[in-house]
Amino acid sequence: MKQTFGRPAGLTAILQRYCPGCGHGIVHRIIGELLSDMNLREKTVGIAPVGCSVFADEYFNCDMIQVPHGRAIAVATGIKRARPDLFVFSYQGDGDLAAIGTAETVHAAARNENFSVIFINNAIYGMTGGQLAPTTLPGMKSTTSVKGRDVVKQGYPIKVCELLNGLDGPYYLERCAVDTPKNIIKTKKAIKSAFQYQLDNRGFCLIEILSMCPTGWGITPVQAKKWIDEVMAKYYPLGEYRNQAKEAK
Amino acid sequence: MAEKKLMYGNHALVEGVIYAGCRFFAGYPITPQNEIPEYMSIRMNAIGGVFLQTESELAAINMLFGVASTGARAMTSSSSPGISLMQEGLSYIAGADIPVLVVNVVRGGPGLGNIAPAQSDYFQATKSGGHGDYHTITLAPNSAQELFEFPKLGFELAEKYRNPALILADGLLGQMMEPIEFTYEPIDPKTFPEKEWALNGCKGRERRVVRSYDLRVGKLEEWNWRRNEKYQEILKNEQRYEAVHCDDADIVVVAYGTCARVAGSAIKIARDNNIKAGLLRPITLWPFPKDVLSQLSKKVEHFLVVEMSCGQMVEDVKLATEYRSKIHFHGRPGGGVPAPPEIFQKIKQAIGGAK
Repeated sequence: MKQTFGRPAGLTAILQRYCPGCGHGIVHRIIGELLSDMNLREKTVGIAPVGCSVFADEYFNCDMIQVPHGRAIAVATGIKRARPDLFVFSYQGDGDLAAIGTAETVHAAARNENFSVIFINNAIYGMTGGQLAPTTLPGMKSTTSVKGRDVVKQGYPIKVCELLNGLDGPYYLERCAVDTPKNIIKTKKAIKSAFQYQLDNRGFCLIEILSMCPTGWGITPVQAKKWIDEVMAKYYPLGEYRNQAKEAK
Repeated sequence: MAEKKLMYGNHALVEGVIYAGCRFFAGYPITPQNEIPEYMSIRMNAIGGVFLQTESELAAINMLFGVASTGARAMTSSSSPGISLMQEGLSYIAGADIPVLVVNVVRGGPGLGNIAPAQSDYFQATKSGGHGDYHTITLAPNSAQELFEFPKLGFELAEKYRNPALILADGLLGQMMEPIEFTYEPIDPKTFPEKEWALNGCKGRERRVVRSYDLRVGKLEEWNWRRNEKYQEILKNEQRYEAVHCDDADIVVVAYGTCARVAGSAIKIARDNNIKAGLLRPITLWPFPKDVLSQLSKKVEHFLVVEMSCGQMVEDVKLATEYRSKIHFHGRPGGGVPAPPEIFQKIKQAIGGAK
């Protein structure tokens, strides 16, 4: 019998500890497949942040480094500058990339550093138990905004692709989602482009991925998928925000 | 004889970093060390190295974490407030057993303090400045020559023990112009052997992971004890110091860096005045040269510790001498620099007060 589906070489055999319905596993799978398909695995250094994906250093079957909260992009800069021949990606959540690591994100984008950033936006701090994230939607409840995010007191969410698109530096910015098979295929296509642009020395690529966190959101996995489509993607519109490959044409 | 050149201490340090085969510098401007990144930017660009002016010291130290995790040499320099920002990164780097080199051109503190020479970051440098159980190998140069030589020594110790190393200087040392002897040939980084822990792609081998965490019950405790064994090795092997006229001394001044230069003049005045004074200069602040101080304390009655702080290293002198001798202290915090006659007076007082 022919095997048509299995674990890609880019992922380890370790059982992932993510919650049921979480989007991390889907994005891990996409990256794992691309590391194999694009023949990158043996020249890759991946960067695991602090957050739910802290254990990504166990899941990706390549050299990995686990770094301080918010500093993944600075570490990526160091690795890529020291060894431009290596393939470097960082995998970060919203707290990591858009709160404590905002400065690193903005400045690496402005310098157009040549690596790939995978940014998981689930609008909540999952690892620490569901606190307000920089991407928590107005009115959305969290354990530190129990009546919903009050924009007067807690300010507005940060739209990372829109923010970075205000800079001249970045090469490629796209927002995707992993709520439906169609969107998952689009996400894989976007990440593949980002990886290829790095191989072509084009510079800073960031793929923002709207990702389900049913545990943090207090709803079922099915409701979570629906919520991305009906609510989250309305606030964070999907699509390509910057692609200098196309602008150059 | 090797070539000699008149150089600023800060420039000598940059040459020392480049001679040591380091090809990566990241840093954020702060006085009084700006000559280091300025001169470094010229030198790194000239030799095809990487110079990065970062958005913060947080970014700089984490860039070092990345570079060093690939096995390459990487360094940054800053001054006290910036070094405080780097403590998070240093803790992770120490926790991941990665070698990097950091230079702290210490200035007056706490807070913004001032930009005058100081030695008030001794505790931070030697007692694990960030969180967790760790130490930073700390070297204290007292001349432009040592500023040239210590980057190589720092990298070698850092790599031997897989631990961050720190050079603790101050603005005065960096601004002094002194003749430098280029005591060794520049090292080509291509000649460094590959490190068995470096992240460089898992072609033909098992994948490697650099991390500073272990959530499994009891495992972090085991790991920390293993690191402690390394620290015990460092304590045993790497205590460095300079002893001047200590053999017949009735009083030994203990001072490092700038203070040791001044104290060197002060003990000459003392000897001219028939006081048998010596100087013990710690070169490694961690590991602290406690063995020589312990030995000296069995025959020397008085120690005078001179620091540009309210008294930090003096605690280590007390521990090393186990209170066998009388420990006197003279401190100049907040940017004060003692003069030789001032220290000579303290020597006289210390000896006289005991009679």
